[in-house]
Amino acid sequence: MSDEMKIGAYICKGCGIADRLDVGQLEMTATRDGKAAICKQHDFLCSEEGVKLIQDDIDNEGVNRVVIAACSRRAKTEAFQFENVALVRTNLREGVIWVRPDTDEARETTQEMGDDYVRMGCAEAKYAHPPKPSGEQGLTRAILIAGGGVSGMTAALEASKAGYKSTIVEKSGSLGGATAQLFKKIPTKAPYADPEDTGVDEMIAAVEADPNITVFLNATLTKTAGAPGRFEADITTESGSTETQMFGSIVQASGFKPFDASVLTEFSYGKSKDVVTQLELEALAKEANGGPIKRPSDGKEVSSVMFIQCAGQRSKKEGHLEHCSGYCCSASIKQAMYFKDQNPDIDTVVLYTDLRTPGAGGENFYRSGQKKGVIFTKGVASEVVHSQNPTVKFKDLILDEDTEVEVDLVVLATGMVPNAGSSTREELTADENEAKETGNEIRIDADSILNLDYRQGKDVPHMANGFADSHFICFPYETQRTGIYTAGPTRRPMDVQQAIDDATGAAMKAINEAENAALGRAAHPRSGDLSFPSFRKEGCTQCKRCTVECPFGAINEDEEGYPVYNESRCRRCGTCMGACPVRVISFENYSIDTVGQQLKAVDIPDEFDEKPRILVLACENDAYPALDMAAQNKMEYSAFTRIIPVRCLGSVSLSWITDSMNSGFDGVILMGCPSGDDYQCHFVKGSGTAQERMGKVGDTLESLSLEKERVQTYEISITDIQKVTQIINDMESTIEQIGMSPFKF
Amino acid sequence: MSDLNTSMVEKYRNNFLKEVEAHVEEGEWVKMCMQCGVCSGSCPLGPHWEHPPQELFMMIRAGKREEVLSSESMWMCTSCYNCIVRCPRELPITHIMHGLAHYATRLGIEPKGQPTRQFAQLFWDNLAKNGRVNELWLGVNLYFMNGLVEGIKVAMGMAGIGLGMLKAGRLSLKELVGGHTVKDKKGFKAMIKKAQELEAARVDK
Repeated sequence: MSDEMKIGAYICKGCGIADRLDVGQLEMTATRDGKAAICKQHDFLCSEEGVKLIQDDIDNEGVNRVVIAACSRRAKTEAFQFENVALVRTNLREGVIWVRPDTDEARETTQEMGDDYVRMGCAEAKYAHPPKPSGEQGLTRAILIAGGGVSGMTAALEASKAGYKSTIVEKSGSLGGATAQLFKKIPTKAPYADPEDTGVDEMIAAVEADPNITVFLNATLTKTAGAPGRFEADITTESGSTETQMFGSIVQASGFKPFDASVLTEFSYGKSKDVVTQLELEALAKEANGGPIKRPSDGKEVSSVMFIQCAGQRSKKEGHLEHCSGYCCSASIKQAMYFKDQNPDIDTVVLYTDLRTPGAGGENFYRSGQKKGVIFTKGVASEVVHSQNPTVKFKDLILDEDTEVEVDLVVLATGMVPNAGSSTREELTADENEAKETGNEIRIDADSILNLDYRQGKDVPHMANGFADSHFICFPYETQRTGIYTAGPTRRPMDVQQAIDDATGAAMKAINEAENAALGRAAHPRSGDLSFPSFRKEGCTQCKRCTVECPFGAINEDEEGYPVYNESRCRRCGTCMGACPVRVISFENYSIDTVGQQLKAVDIPDEFDEKPRILVLACENDAYPALDMAAQNKMEYSAFTRIIPVRCLGSVSLSWITDSMNSGFDGVILMGCPSGDDYQCHFVKGSGTAQERMGKVGDTLESLSLEKERVQTYEISITDIQKVTQIINDMESTIEQIGMSPFKF
Repeated sequence: MSDLNTSMVEKYRNNFLKEVEAHVEEGEWVKMCMQCGVCSGSCPLGPHWEHPPQELFMMIRAGKREEVLSSESMWMCTSCYNCIVRCPRELPITHIMHGLAHYATRLGIEPKGQPTRQFAQLFWDNLAKNGRVNELWLGVNLYFMNGLVEGIKVAMGMAGIGLGMLKAGRLSLKELVGGHTVKDKKGFKAMIKKAQELEAARVDK
């Protein structure tokens, strides 16, 4: 083996570690139990001198597995960066001395903790390999942008400023998207008092003048194959000609479709020409161009207008939108100003239930509307009666009465329907199942936008209400397809300015990913990770669980049904590893063995010692930081705890649970991120998948005649600092009650 | 209906908000209310108002002219200023309440039997006479506000307190005739006249 293993263990004596632990004994443990070829102590390991000590051994002694027994793996990451070695961090500071009291009685168990962590670190190092890129990478400094609206154009312009080429593929015959249909936009600058010019013409001119930007009009993407760094896209124009180009990453800015107001029959939409949507009013305003706005039915100058907010929105009725589109309140204020600015005597009433004007200037804009004399009435419209003039019947919620107003024109504030493409394979299956159960027809699927050549479906997966996003607070723009970023209203409802901000963010992410993919590095959240999954083909049973459970559609299948990994699409969460029933999937530095051998390396005292052992498998994204923070706050927890960070709870193999039970652990705690609708899993579905798998652990335990309480799964947010220590201490008392495990040898 | 009221109705027809903006003291603030209800929740007499301030503002916008101006609600205001302090939109709510009450009085459509209104009128008449409040006469007028029999009853009931105040020198029987005045009564009258002219210019414009 070219990669002959040589473990170097380095124990830091700083931050009080040497005062609390017998470092000499730790060194002995590392060399005797951990089989470390070299073991050194240092007073201050993260100093320049300490780092040099390690680097010298790597350069001169051939050390290729480095075990650093010091602080948490989340601390001092800049100092401890070594190339071409497998790096293991053993947590003596946050994991041991900070969570234990400095008393004589506690000294023995604290030392046991430290010794175990050193053993575990060496065991992990023994089975870890230095990660190397697979060689499947490509560098393409070009970005594909689907959609030529304000979002798409902004992404292209921003990418160009950073020196990247981009190609806009626009379905319609012109750039500008929905914004081009507007007369003016909601103000973006102080004092936020008046509608502003959209600026879309200037933007189109800038795009056309930019040598870095290529525009395809009347064109669609008929096939997108490959992976980040080497996407291969077929751009087909209306005339039928197809051009294939390479791209590093993709920004999907496919925008929104206006809500189909024809379902709003109660508001006489379609029956009366004088009931229009906000977008239709923009057309009337454009036509008037600052002059009096005329209504569609008879061309009369409008002297009174009522805006009905939340028309077909924030409603659970069939065919309505459940979400708030977020921009329509400000849009109605803006449109009321079209009338008021032209003639202050025009009656403009905004009928709302909850006025929401998000953004920095939202409240100022609302005030400005009030100052200009726009009347805001809190109420719910029930009906618009169509006669010569439409009459709005509504319930005034402040005066608590049913009333009606006759006006010249009614404007419906209908919302945004995301234009997020077709459903994934998984979503279609769910639809089919629902249709079978309810007897409803299967809904017609939308046209695909990206036409991805992925096993999992042609477009990025949809989240709440059909928007294509993964987590709009924690990691916006990231979708469940690596290297494809969404921006603008396809991601969540928003106005022009928000779309501009959004597209800038997505463009930066896209550039980042194109570069990362070229170097074989992972994208968020394991940014920079070089490891990638591989599988032992001889052992694979072609069960397809890994291809199905991968949250990112990274795994395809070959003709025989074996998984085909696309390293660049992979986020390195390890959900496939946790899914594999025959344990053939592994990463270089994260595998069934790197964790399995760690838990086997823990010294288990015999039954009569009254020293139980609790194994904690903690998600490195939220649970492990929460434990670190508990330690920083000097919150104590049981000395019998041994914590192993995992990449995601989804990567936890059931074999680790059975192994730990068999080796005599008394309790196992699994800590992952919250799952479900308000999930916080950094890999979207990892923790949810794990919850499902762990549901069956109880049966396994019963078959071993063990109590169910011995394995517990918790959902931990990063702020659950009190909770994590409580959970561990509760487990200790549970074990006291139910007794020690009978599996100690 | 007074002539002034008739002409106002003619002038503004359905747009009561504009009428309020033009003629009511601080009336231009009414449109800025955002219906949060903090004023209504803060008013110590809130539960006794038929229409709390927030609702009055909405009624103005909804064009409910008669209901607003003949309402007893704004007469309930005791000028504690809690609403002004708390209004997130910084509306001078107390002043608007008084402005509305005053405007209704000018138009002659205020609720005639409302006790606060009656007291306010008595107080004003009393004060405007000499530039000083004549407490004895104010008390007497107040007692007999609702007729002779009622007045005697109230007076009998309060006799003990009245005698006590006399003894303590807090009340003087001399006040029954003439009473004390400001030093420059003529100047005072001229000042009031000018103020009324200015106000009339606003209300009647």
